[in-house]
Amino acid sequence: MTTSRVRLFSITLVSAWIIVFGGAPLLLVLITSFLGQHPQEFYELSFSLKSYVQLIDPIYLDVMLRSVRLAALTTFFSLLAGYPFAWLTFRLPRRYRLMALILLMIPFWTNSLIRTYAVRMILGTQGVTNKLLLAAGIIDSPVRFMYTDSAVILGLIYLMLPFMILPLYVNMEKFDYRLVEASRDLGAGPLQTFRSVVIPLTLPGVIAGCIMVFVPTMGLFYVATLLGGGRKLLVGNLIQHHFLVSHNWPLGSAMSVVLIFMMISMLGLYWLVMRRFSARRSAL
Amino acid sequence: MKKSSFLYFIVIFVYLYLPIIVLIINSFNLNRYGLKWDGFTFQWFVAMVRNHGLMEAAGNSLLVAVASASLATFLGSFGAVGMYLYRFRGRQVLQGTLLTMLMVPDIILAIAFLVLFILLGVTLGFWSLLLAHVTFCLPFSVITVLARLQGFDPFLLDAARDLGASEGQVLHRVVFPLLRPALLASWLLSFTLSLDDVIVSSFVTGPSFDVLPLKIFSMVKVGVKPEVNALATLMIGMSVLFVIISQLLLKEKK
Repeated sequence: MTTSRVRLFSITLVSAWIIVFGGAPLLLVLITSFLGQHPQEFYELSFSLKSYVQLIDPIYLDVMLRSVRLAALTTFFSLLAGYPFAWLTFRLPRRYRLMALILLMIPFWTNSLIRTYAVRMILGTQGVTNKLLLAAGIIDSPVRFMYTDSAVILGLIYLMLPFMILPLYVNMEKFDYRLVEASRDLGAGPLQTFRSVVIPLTLPGVIAGCIMVFVPTMGLFYVATLLGGGRKLLVGNLIQHHFLVSHNWPLGSAMSVVLIFMMISMLGLYWLVMRRFSARRSAL
Repeated sequence: MKKSSFLYFIVIFVYLYLPIIVLIINSFNLNRYGLKWDGFTFQWFVAMVRNHGLMEAAGNSLLVAVASASLATFLGSFGAVGMYLYRFRGRQVLQGTLLTMLMVPDIILAIAFLVLFILLGVTLGFWSLLLAHVTFCLPFSVITVLARLQGFDPFLLDAARDLGASEGQVLHRVVFPLLRPALLASWLLSFTLSLDDVIVSSFVTGPSFDVLPLKIFSMVKVGVKPEVNALATLMIGMSVLFVIISQLLLKEKK
């Protein structure tokens, strides 16, 4: 094989695949969202903004807002639990660091549906969680966790936590710990050091983690179904309903476009922070 | 390590592992609903093997996972090599698109595939699943292989070329042998991603081709199914094995 043939083969193949099965279908979703709705068909070939207007309808708007709230809470608690985890892992001696990461990766590589099912198993009124709380004397009678928003959030955090921790950790690996020592030597307390040295320098990791958690969370319809009961809690449930049950493609597509828009805004925010970040670096 | 940080690790790992451990214990529990320990049994594993629908779905899922992991690794490794070796127009765009696809929520990929397949007239079943799974595994494969390539000594390629190797020989004799661990890591990751997928599969498969996640989903929607516990235990064991293998592969790099 000559250089040009190797080159042509390797690049063309992947590019073609990505265009046909990546770019084209996403473009089709965008186009579908502007099509007219038809009671019997998936869509009607005419330009219409109806689907976007329908999104403001309280029936859908409520689910959208609730979904954003659930995803925001999931992201917040994942960050709250994940940030110290990533930091403490970063501070571990090398040997233990790998162990902590492997222990984090195992659930990450385990089937997410099975993990959701496992969460449901321990949340039942006669499940392990209730038994532990009863035994510890924290509660007097079993609490109903299942089919509440808290159960859904708990399940979502359970699935998404590694997606928060890994970007945080990758970012922290580049962190020069001597900066903390320098800050302390210059008289800053632990809190001030954390606020003005650690947080700003790990901000890209925080945003990356939030991007990895926030938008995908809204699509995890099976978590809402298994832990939240039949209620439509997430945008994912609505999209699934409009594509697989009521066959209203334009409306389902419009909802997806909103999700993509949220993702793009978060990426934009990341880009802005990174730009300020590198500008400050070069100013030093 | 300070006591408080040790405690913190324990809390997080209990949260991550308690559900999995309870599930594993219950797969050996005589008590069908896992409410209390009634004694040790293998009967749920027997029930699992006897459940034809479940076994058929498992077979289908394995087939799709093996095929899409192989194809994604093939395409992804050539793509990564191309992106590493050559500078071409649209390289940035290709890299950007791959990274974006990594972040696009599954639900959006799922409907995008569905719209495409219906439009092209692809029957929903094995082929639609394969095309969709290869596509969402591809960015992971490219990134895994590219990361390994970036750790290479670039002079190795120049040395091979100076010694008269053709471009094909450079790939065959130098690049691919060095890439072997990354190829295996990419394959394992793609296999896992394919087997793990619920969202994309539920949109792009048809009634004639049942896959594991959908089968499990419909089985556990209503309650606890001990056969599912048994299957889950096997799948968890597999993930543990895969993580250890891929970590060993990464370690070899250093």
